[in-house]
Amino acid sequence: MSSATEMRRLLPAATCVTMLAALWLVFMVVPTEREMGIVQRIFYFHVASAWMAFIGFFLVAGASAVYLWNGSAGADRIAAASAEVGVLFCSLVLVTGPIWARPVWGVWWTWDPRLTMTVILWAIYASYLMLRAFGGEDDAVRRYAAVLGIVGVLDVPIIMVSVRLLRGMHPAVIARNEGGSGLVDPSMRWALAVSGLAFVLLGAWLIALRARTARLADELAMLREETG
Amino acid sequence: MRAALAILAKDLRIEWRTRESVSGVFVMGVLLLVVFSIAHDARPDAAPALLPAVLWVTFVFTGLPAVQRAFLLERENDCLAGLLTAPLDPGALYAGKCAANVVVLAATQAVVVPLAGLFLHVDLLPGLPGLVLVLLLGNLGVAALGTLFAAVAARTRARDLLLPLLLLPLLVPLLIGAVTATRTVLDAGVGAALPGLRVLAAFDVVFGVAGWLLFGYVVRD
Repeated sequence: MSSATEMRRLLPAATCVTMLAALWLVFMVVPTEREMGIVQRIFYFHVASAWMAFIGFFLVAGASAVYLWNGSAGADRIAAASAEVGVLFCSLVLVTGPIWARPVWGVWWTWDPRLTMTVILWAIYASYLMLRAFGGEDDAVRRYAAVLGIVGVLDVPIIMVSVRLLRGMHPAVIARNEGGSGLVDPSMRWALAVSGLAFVLLGAWLIALRARTARLADELAMLREETG
Repeated sequence: MRAALAILAKDLRIEWRTRESVSGVFVMGVLLLVVFSIAHDARPDAAPALLPAVLWVTFVFTGLPAVQRAFLLERENDCLAGLLTAPLDPGALYAGKCAANVVVLAATQAVVVPLAGLFLHVDLLPGLPGLVLVLLLGNLGVAALGTLFAAVAARTRARDLLLPLLLLPLLVPLLIGAVTATRTVLDAGVGAALPGLRVLAAFDVVFGVAGWLLFGYVVRD
C-alpha cells in the first residue's frame, strides 16, 4: 500500500520533469531539420505517442489475460484504463501525423501500410471502449471485453502482414519516416528518447489515475449496497 | 466431435425448416449489389475492377446478420442455458456453431458471387477453382470471429450495432487479404495469389484456435 502511495506521488513529478526536459530538447536544443523544416519537430511527440499507444494496447491484452486467468478485479480495471489511454494516445498519433504529412507529403492522409495499421488499431480499441460503454457494469461484460482485448492483439501481426499487400506503397516515404534522414543530429535521438520516456510516464500516470478512480467507484458502489 | 456435429445438425435443421437466413441473405445480397452498382455508376469496361471490393463488402454485410441470427435463436426460450447445462465442452459448442455459420456463409457466397459477376460483367468461370479457395478461406475467417463475437453481442444491449462495430475492425486484415487474393486469382491464377492466401490462412488458424479457446469465457454464466 505504501509503495503504491509513493508511486502515486512519484509519477506526476517524474512526468512533469521529463516532459519539461523533452519540451526543452525539442524546441531549444534540436536543430531544425533541413528538408522538412520546423514541422519536423512534431515527430518527437508523434512517435512518442505511438510508443505509448502500443504499450497501452499490449497492456490491455496482458491485463485481460490475467483477468480471464484469475478473475482479479484489479486486472480488469487496468485493462479498461489502458484501453482508454491507448486510444487517447493513438488519437494523438492520428492527429499529429496529418499535421506533419500535409506540408511534407502534400496530403493529409494516405493508405500507407503504417497509417492503415494505426487507424485499424484505433478502431479495434475504440470498439473495445464501445463494448464496455454499451455493456455496462457486469461480470459477463468484463469477460467479453477481456476476450476482445486478447483477440485485438492477436490481430496485430496479421494486420502487419496484410497491410503490406495494399497497393500504393511509398517506399521513399517510409524510408524517410524510418529515421534515415530525420535523426542525423545526435541531439535528435536524445530528444526522441526523452520525449518517449515523458509520454510513457504520462501514460502510466493516466492509467494509474483511471484504475484508481475505477477502484474507488467500485468501493463506493459496494458501500452503498451495504448501507442499503 | 459428435457433440459439435449434433449442434451443426440442429442449426441446419432449424435453418432448413424456417429458411429465414437464406431468404434474408438472398434479398439483402441482391439489394446491396444493386446499391453498389448504382452508387458507383461504373462504365461496363471499368466495372470489373470493382468486383473484388464489391464482392467482399457485400458478403460481409449480408453475412453478419446471418451469423448474428444463429445466436439470437439460442436466446429464445433460453436455449443457450439448456445447451450449457448439457455435458458439452464449450469448444465443441463453438465448433458446431462455427460449422453451421460456415454453411450459412457459403450459401451467402453462392448468392453474392454469381450476382456480383453478373452485375459487374466479369466471367468468373475460368478462375473458379482458385476463387472457390479464396472464398472458402474468407468464409472460415468470418465464421471463426463472427461466431465468437455474435455470442458476445447477442448478450448485450444494442447488439445490432455492436456486432459490426466489434467485428469490422478485426476483419480488416481478412478483407485486405481476400480482396487482393480475389483480384490476383482472377487476373493471374492461384499461384500469384499466394501472399493473400497466406494472410487468409493465418487469420483462419489464429482466430479458429483463439475462438475455440476463448468461447468458454463468453458463454459461461
